Parts: sequence; C-alpha cells; structure tokens
Amino acid sequence: MAEIVLDNVVKRYPDGALAVDHLNLEIADGEFIILVGPSGCGKSTTLNMVAGLEDITSGELRIDGKVVNDKAPKDRDIAMVFQSYALYPHMTVYENMAFPLTLAGTDKDTIRQKVGDAAEMLELTQHLERRPANLSGGQRQRVAMGRAIVRQPKAFLMDEPLSNLDAKLRVQMRTQVSRIQKKLGTTTLYVTHDQTEAMTLGDRVVVMRGGIVQQVGSPAFLYDHPANLFVAGFIGSPSMNFVPATLDGGTLHSPLGDLPLPDEHRRAVESGAKGREVIVGLRPEHFEDAALVNDPSRGATVDVTIDLVESMGSDVFAYFTVDAQLGGSGGLDELARDTGAEMGVGGVQVTARLEPTSRVSAGQPARLWVDTSKIQVFDPKSGDNLTARVG
Amino acid sequence: MSTIETPRRKAAWAAVDLVVLLYALVPVVWIVSLSLKTDGTLNDGNFFPRAITWDAYDQIFNNDDFLRALLNSIGICLISTFVALILGTMAAYAIARLDFPGKRSIVGISLLIAMFPQIALVTPLFRIETAIGIFDTWLGLIIPYITFALPLAIYTLSAFFREIPWELEKAAKMDGATPFQAFRKVIAPLALPGVFTTAILVFISCWNDFLFAISLTSSSNARTVPAALSYFTGATTFEKPTAAIAAGAVVITIPIILFVLFFQRRIVAGLTSGAVKG
Repeated sequence: MAEIVLDNVVKRYPDGALAVDHLNLEIADGEFIILVGPSGCGKSTTLNMVAGLEDITSGELRIDGKVVNDKAPKDRDIAMVFQSYALYPHMTVYENMAFPLTLAGTDKDTIRQKVGDAAEMLELTQHLERRPANLSGGQRQRVAMGRAIVRQPKAFLMDEPLSNLDAKLRVQMRTQVSRIQKKLGTTTLYVTHDQTEAMTLGDRVVVMRGGIVQQVGSPAFLYDHPANLFVAGFIGSPSMNFVPATLDGGTLHSPLGDLPLPDEHRRAVESGAKGREVIVGLRPEHFEDAALVNDPSRGATVDVTIDLVESMGSDVFAYFTVDAQLGGSGGLDELARDTGAEMGVGGVQVTARLEPTSRVSAGQPARLWVDTSKIQVFDPKSGDNLTARVG
Repeated sequence: MSTIETPRRKAAWAAVDLVVLLYALVPVVWIVSLSLKTDGTLNDGNFFPRAITWDAYDQIFNNDDFLRALLNSIGICLISTFVALILGTMAAYAIARLDFPGKRSIVGISLLIAMFPQIALVTPLFRIETAIGIFDTWLGLIIPYITFALPLAIYTLSAFFREIPWELEKAAKMDGATPFQAFRKVIAPLALPGVFTTAILVFISCWNDFLFAISLTSSSNARTVPAALSYFTGATTFEKPTAAIAAGAVVITIPIILFVLFFQRRIVAGLTSGAVKG
C-alpha cells in the first residue's frame, strides 16, 4: 500500500521527442487510477516511469514520500501486469507465480501458501502444473495477475492488461480485476485506451493527450463536465455529438435548429460576443423522440431526417446527418483519427439514443427533443468547455 | 505458389532428397569401406570390401599416439566450446539488447576476425606461442580456437536473443530480479536452443581444424586427431597407412555424431511459445 506522487514529471527521449509534459498526479493509498488516451498520448510511458523501466527526464516521483527516481524497478516494490502478459514460458504456472517470491528469498512454505491463496482467488488451482503455452488467453491473463499479487506489493501497474482478450472475456475479467483490487485495497495505476474500462474501473480517470493531462476526475465527473472537446469526445460511448453553432444572446443557431440556452449556461458563456462561433456538444441520450416527452417545452425540438436506426432492445440508436463543417477544432481531428472516422465529409453525423418504444424509422423525418439543460458549449479554437462549471 | 501436396509432388521431393543424401553419404560409406579392407584389396576397384578385416582399427587403438590425440581433441574442443559459449552468450546478449557506444565496431571487428585468413596468422602465432611458452600445449590451441569460434557464436546467439520477447526481461525486473538474475533465470534458459545449436557449430569447427593443430604442436602432448592422422606411418616406409587413416577418420566422426544427437534433442523448437500473446 502506498501513495504515489508524480511531481512535474517530464519524459523527453534522446531524439528530442516529448512524451510526457509536466505531469502532476497524486495517487492516494488504495486508489484505482486509470490513465486513458489514444495511442501515443504518453500513458504507457508514464506507467513505465513509475515502474522504473524508463528514466524520468525531470521532475520527481515519490512513493510513500520517498523520491524513487533513481531506484531500480526491483527496489520500488511495485508489481506490473503487461499487455502481452510476459509469462515465463519455461516455467509452470506455479513457478511463474512463485518467481517474485523466490527472488525475494521467501521460504518454501510461505511461497506455497501465498501462491496457493492467489491461485484460489484467480481460479487457477487446477492449472498450477501447466505451462503458459497450454493455457487459454484468459488463463494466461490471470497468471499474470497472480504473479503481481502474490508479492503484496505497494502498488499494481497494469498496462492494457485486457486488450488481448476477446470481447466477452474482457468484460468478465474487468469485473474480476475490479473485485481483486477492492479486496486487496492496493494502489493501482491502470493504463488503457478503452474508455469503457476507464469508466467502469477507476476511482479517478486521467485523460491524456500528446503527453499532457487533459483532465483528472471521477468517471461521472468527466462524463458530465468534460474540460474540453477532447475529453468530451473521448469519454462516453457512443461518443458525444459535436455541431458547430453561432451564439446569439441566449440562443444557439445550429444546423440542427435554434437551441435556447438555459440561464446558467448563458451566464457561463456571456463573455462571448454576439455572433461568436462555438461548438455545441450533445450526448446521444440527451435526445429523445419528441412524441415520448411529456413536457417538450423544457428543451428544444429539432426536425431531422433519420439515416439509420439500430434497435438494441433496451435502446434505439438513431443516426442522422446535419449539414455542417467542423474543421480542425482543438482535439477533434485527433479524436477522429483515433476512431478512424472521417470528419466533416458530407456533413456531421449525429447519434441519438432514444427510448425503445420510439417509432422513428430510417429514411423518415422525425421530430426529436433536445435536453438543452445538458448542453455543453465549447470554444472551437482552444477546445475549452465554456460551460464546464455549469450544473 | 501452390503448396498442395500431391503424391506426384511428394515423389519428386523424395527423389531430390535421395540424390542429396547419396551425394552426402557416398564419401562416408567409401571411407568406412576403406577402413575395413585388407591391405591387398585396397585398390581392387570394389566399392564394398569383399573381405572385412578389423586390422586397421586394432592398429589405431593400439597406437598410443592416436589415443592420446583423441583425448587431446576431445579435451581441447570441449574446453574451447565451453569458453566460447560463455563469452559468446554474454556478448551476443549485449549486442542484441543493449545500446552502448562501440556496439557497431564490436560487431564489425568480430566479423572481420571471422573472415580473416587463418593461414596468415600461423607464423605470428607460432612465434608468439614459442616465445611465451604455450607452444605445443592445450592452451596454445584453445586460445586460437576460441578466437575463431567467438564470431560464429556471437552471430548465431544474437539472432536467437533477438527472438526472445523484450517484455519478459522487463517482467523479471518488475518481479525483483537484478539484470544478471533476469539474464540467468529468464533469458538464458529461453536461449538454450540457440546455445545448443551454437555449441554444435563451434564444436565441429574446432574438431575439424587441421591448420592450427599441425602448426602449433610438435608432439603428442597437444596434437589433435586431424594432425595426428597425418603422422601415421605404415609398417614399412613403402607402405601407405591408407586403411589406418580411414579407420581414424571413421573413429573421429563418431564423437561428432554423438555430440549432435545429444544436443539435437535439446533444440526444441517453439520453446518461447506461450510467453506473450501471438
């Protein structure tokens, strides 16, 4: 158990590339922190620096108040689970899990007991004599977890531990990882590019982009109050819809239609002069089939033509296109690259999540209600959320 | 490219294999045949002996010089192989895994040594060894053997080391291993197939050496079998010891075959499978 503090940590590679830029993060004892971001955002580099596998260019890394910048990984008492699992193929499952204890010179009986306990927790007891080559992906993953937990280290570091599993197993293991962490109460730093893992696992989530921390907060806070366009687009699935708009007093003129701003929002964006260009962010669930809303006057209604309807049983996803160009606004182009989506080609695609009883159908016009109290307004240049403090 | 196995294709490949096998084995069978012939029938034009005699083998195994040479060969080659492997493993690991100044020049120099004509070194080595007193000793042969075996060992081993997932070493470090422990307990065991392959190659190259063996020895003190064979004499000055030399050649092939058979079982393909996903 330990408290980990990253104080102005910088990582610059010898070729001059800046991987992590002045990262500040305080991880409390027992906390489960997720580092999330697209590939190349510096999250794995950060993890490797905490592990001691990469040097810290400048800044301080403190574990339990002690500066450990120059300590070797073995002296930091931290365990790591690798994306590839990195199991020792020439050792059995038992030997793999016992390896850290053997190195530490623990006596045989203690090793047997600790490995036994861990194996039981991870349901590996009947596989202890097998070699990694003969295990399934999920079993290998659990062995990797087991190797990390037998030692009762100060902290766990996990580098995309679930990304090699198939979708169903990933969901299963996700809950297991969470359960183990809660049970052991060990400080955990978990790297992922999957926003679902970030939302479901972490006590707090750190969103990174280009080596810079964008926002730190609880999953719910990040979801409701994204600091900028990047965080807004990254967190949430399906992701937030972005539509360009012009601010005119209390009304947003958007290709969707005119959206009145609630008072609180109006005050927040007041600094904007009349005619100011903004980007409006709306989550899919903040749309509803107007026919199903009791009091449509609370928000705004827009008329659109539905391109495609996906019925998931519990929800209906309706996709439609509005005629607009988003251009290269702060962070949006990078998000688009990450998801492989084409931005601004043939208009902006919008996703709406409707009640399953909705009768919208593909190719037909539909009237949708928008919950304007949940609207987020972003500055198109900086990408900052102008309404971050609202609500 | 079609890779469909048809009976016809199989037959064609079997025929090719057979030709290659015959090509390789005819000289071996020939020398075995010579070693079993009687002196009178050596030149009778028969590929297989009409009458088999073990006289030649009796002769060489009653020859103290030959037995001593056999011992020299085994001892010198095993020691050279062992030392070359230890040094080669460490050097290859460094070359495969670490970035250090002068890495390219080390690789370049070792390649240079491998390509250096050995005959050009015989005279200088002879003078040096007589001067420092290791001429005609085991050490006098072991040193040049290691020198020429090392480039081979480093090249082969570094190829194997590069195949081992880098993350295994990181994992070992995280598990609390020192760099040397990570090497000894994780990397080295995984490189074993490569180590055994290299051991075979190095051993054979030492075992077959004739040039250094004949130039850097003067008595049965350190003379190895290839050199000793050339000193065989017949019963009379006018008699060629053909059968005895053939028998000697057959005998020194046997350790090589044993060595290969022994290590071949250790060369288990795919030992690293299961380490990382893929």
